[in-house]
Amino acid sequence: MSSAIPLRLYVNGDRYEIAVEPRRTLADALREDCGLTGTHLGCEHGVCGACTVLVDGQPVRSCLMFAVQAEDTSVRTVEGLAPDEERLHPVQQAFWENHGLQCGFCTPGFLVLIAGYLEEHPDAEEAELREVLSSNLCRCTGYQNILTSTMCAARAMRGEP
Amino acid sequence: MIGARALRIEDPVLLRGAGRFAADTIRPGELHMRVVRSPIAHGRIRSVDVTPALLLDGVVAAWTHADIAELPAIGFRLTPLADLLPYRQPVLARRIVRYVGEPVAVVFATSAYLAEDGAELVQLDLDPLPAHLDADAEPVAWLDAEQATWAAGLGHQLPAQDSQATAFTVEYGDVAAAFAAPGPGYRVIESDARIGRHTGVPMECRGLAAVYDAAEQQLIVDGAAKVPFWNREAVAAMCGLPPRQVQVRETHVGGGFGPRGELYPEDVLVTLAAVRLRRPIKWIEDRQEHLVATNHSRGQHHRLRALVRADGVIEALDAAFVLDQGAYVRTHGATVASLTASMLPGPYRIPNFRVRAQVRLTHKTPAGTYRSPGRYEGTFARERLVDRIAGELGLDPVEVRERNFIPAEAMPYERPIQAMGTELVHDSGDYALLRAKVWEKFDLDGVRRDVAARRAAGELAGFGFAFFVEKSGIGPYEGARISVDSSGAVTVTCGASSVGQGVDTVLAQVAAEVLGIAHDSIRVVRGRTDQFEYGRGAFATRLAVMAGSAVSNAAQALADKARRVAAHTLGVPVEDLSLAGGKVLVTADPARALSFGEIARLLDPSGAAELKESPGLTADGWFHSDHMTYPYGLHAAVVRIDPGTGQTHVERFIVGYDVGRALNPTLVEGQIAGGVAQGLGGALYEEFRYAEDGTPLCTTFMDYLIPTAMEIPPIETLITEDAPSPINPLGVKGAGEGGTTAVAAAVAAAVDDALGRPNAITSVPIHPARIRGLLT
Ligand code: FES
Ligand code: FES
Repeated sequence: MSSAIPLRLYVNGDRYEIAVEPRRTLADALREDCGLTGTHLGCEHGVCGACTVLVDGQPVRSCLMFAVQAEDTSVRTVEGLAPDEERLHPVQQAFWENHGLQCGFCTPGFLVLIAGYLEEHPDAEEAELREVLSSNLCRCTGYQNILTSTMCAARAMRGEP
Repeated sequence: MIGARALRIEDPVLLRGAGRFAADTIRPGELHMRVVRSPIAHGRIRSVDVTPALLLDGVVAAWTHADIAELPAIGFRLTPLADLLPYRQPVLARRIVRYVGEPVAVVFATSAYLAEDGAELVQLDLDPLPAHLDADAEPVAWLDAEQATWAAGLGHQLPAQDSQATAFTVEYGDVAAAFAAPGPGYRVIESDARIGRHTGVPMECRGLAAVYDAAEQQLIVDGAAKVPFWNREAVAAMCGLPPRQVQVRETHVGGGFGPRGELYPEDVLVTLAAVRLRRPIKWIEDRQEHLVATNHSRGQHHRLRALVRADGVIEALDAAFVLDQGAYVRTHGATVASLTASMLPGPYRIPNFRVRAQVRLTHKTPAGTYRSPGRYEGTFARERLVDRIAGELGLDPVEVRERNFIPAEAMPYERPIQAMGTELVHDSGDYALLRAKVWEKFDLDGVRRDVAARRAAGELAGFGFAFFVEKSGIGPYEGARISVDSSGAVTVTCGASSVGQGVDTVLAQVAAEVLGIAHDSIRVVRGRTDQFEYGRGAFATRLAVMAGSAVSNAAQALADKARRVAAHTLGVPVEDLSLAGGKVLVTADPARALSFGEIARLLDPSGAAELKESPGLTADGWFHSDHMTYPYGLHAAVVRIDPGTGQTHVERFIVGYDVGRALNPTLVEGQIAGGVAQGLGGALYEEFRYAEDGTPLCTTFMDYLIPTAMEIPPIETLITEDAPSPINPLGVKGAGEGGTTAVAAAVAAAVDDALGRPNAITSVPIHPARIRGLLT
């Protein structure tokens, strides 16, 4: 059962050579083997979305995916959103400016979900975005500020004022 | 700075995923704890065999009650009625299991995966007994004398106890006399209200990481929340250490809402294991555990009888309620029942009042507090009654409320009862003014006409509202220390705690206001017993009031000290100096100035001795209070019912709330919006249901339904500052709970209206099936 197998993960552009049991989830591998604890676990059964990461650009519940399934993919987590120590990703910046987070536990999942979605659907409108957001749970904010943040981020990413 | 919509200082770290939540503390060599929980609601323990688990590679230890038999039951933090002592929970089940999810054994292993494997191998031999689930039913035998005596821990024998843990009456005036001799035209109006069992469910499950540092001889406990100082004392006592040897540290906390941070069995097990096994120990609750192990809440049934004049004025209220406590009484003691009782009259005068509270045990997860405890329930019961009064007397529900309001002229208004051990004095308020302002701002008369027109056109649309009084700022004290280092950087250290609500930002704003510096240049340290000596915790919406006032006092003291030093050094009178931009400057000649850093350097121990000051540019501030402050508000909802599915859609939700003074309006609105979302969950979706044998039916997010972005409309808020609190220097009243309080009441009123059926809704959550039943 504890037969660890070697695994190479590419996360946020970095290469991680780790060894995991086949049953280890991608979330646990990211958090404990790669030390990237920004990806959170809120339910471990695929509902809350706190564990959302991008696998080859697609939002994925990392609690429902085995680490070994991520072999040879490119994984992006919340730690990989901001371009550097000084600047934030437009979605992060919008969350800050619009009070899109309180406790911040659900936040990485939302940020990654939204960043991934807006990169593919830059012109998404409010109703569509609300529906996208409904795939994740937040217990603190009541969602309105998350939606406002998302729309601001969409505008910023389109280069609008 | 106070009152500004300042950006939060917490956010940059959290946005980058650099926060440290409970599970993010990872120590080399750590052991993971897994709890073996009772799979049945009630049963006798014949045996618990951990040997098969111990045989598994990677399992290091496994305990049952026998291994911790010397530990007492878990104590009370609040409202510790003596009646309740026999009902306290053992750290691991003792002879009997009393709810599904009760900890029976624990396994420690080198990984979380192996700990789970090990836990599955533990053999439980349980003899099932019938489950008692209905708190309304007559009390049943609950504890034998041996268990009662053990759990109470009083050192003397107690008799067997039944399932009614306590019952008490809160009253003033003369209810019996009022009902016995009603005036002409008086009516008696009765109502019944049930509030389902639901709870806070923060997105981060509970968790704790403890290590015994042999070099420092310190037990370090990371991942605490809400009440770290209280828990340090409790953990020290349980582990047999002096408090000096225990450091409890709050890191980031993924939401609190009441349940999180209390001392639970798992907290004791983790810390004890760190001491006994001398390895770092970590326990991270999973969601399924959370939904059966962490405090539930609400679960009340009210019966109200009002004696009412023809004009709608309530002459007397005679109320009784049953609280479904679940299987044990936890740290909150009788807090929820007591708050329900004392806050039941809300904003109304009600000259004669009596409420009977009955706290009863059932074979369910134990219950504690959840955002607006007792007020969500009591407000639902009371406001439903007021709507019924209006309906039966043919009066407008606005009119009935206004006739019963405590008038502004009567403030401060003392109700001759207690709340949380303090005299209940409404410190300030103008309820009618807030009602009028909300009506005007949101044109609620127009809204009512609109929904009436929609109904006339065949739609099931409705409007409803409810009024409430909250409480906040429970004392008795809070403290803060502000210090400035040699570079001029300012740190606020205090006993406050954060459960994610933005405490750091608000405290920084208060300090920044007094010191004339930018709030985001301030570091706030809190929730750490190694950094400050005293702190009462983050509950009961107390921190803006208590810690905010303490920080304000500390900042004043620091500013005075800086001025004294500058006056001496610059050779000018203290009155000629002011603070701006991190400097003390001569008001008339701002070029003559000393920076905070320079003053701090002047105050090194030698310099300070010369100046006859204590060393360091640092000052403490305290704030004491023996009364609470009472914010108040109005909730209004517009709903639409889908006649096909019976589902209620909330189209608009409006909150008017007077907080005395909003330290940061953006954060106040954020608290309200989040509170409303939770209130809507309890009004429409969330409920812990049980099968007849006591098996919980809601153990995942597939069956315990937290609202998503699709269910929560934009929350429209009007924050007013018409009634600053006269009992703290900031004038502030807490904003943490007022988003939740009257949601169920307002939604129920709106559903009645949509259905055109007064008094149809007497219980929450409002199930679609119930609506369908009413429609046919
Ligand atoms: S933790 Fe993965 S969806 Fe909740
Ligand atoms: S900010 Fe706390 S759960 Fe979303």
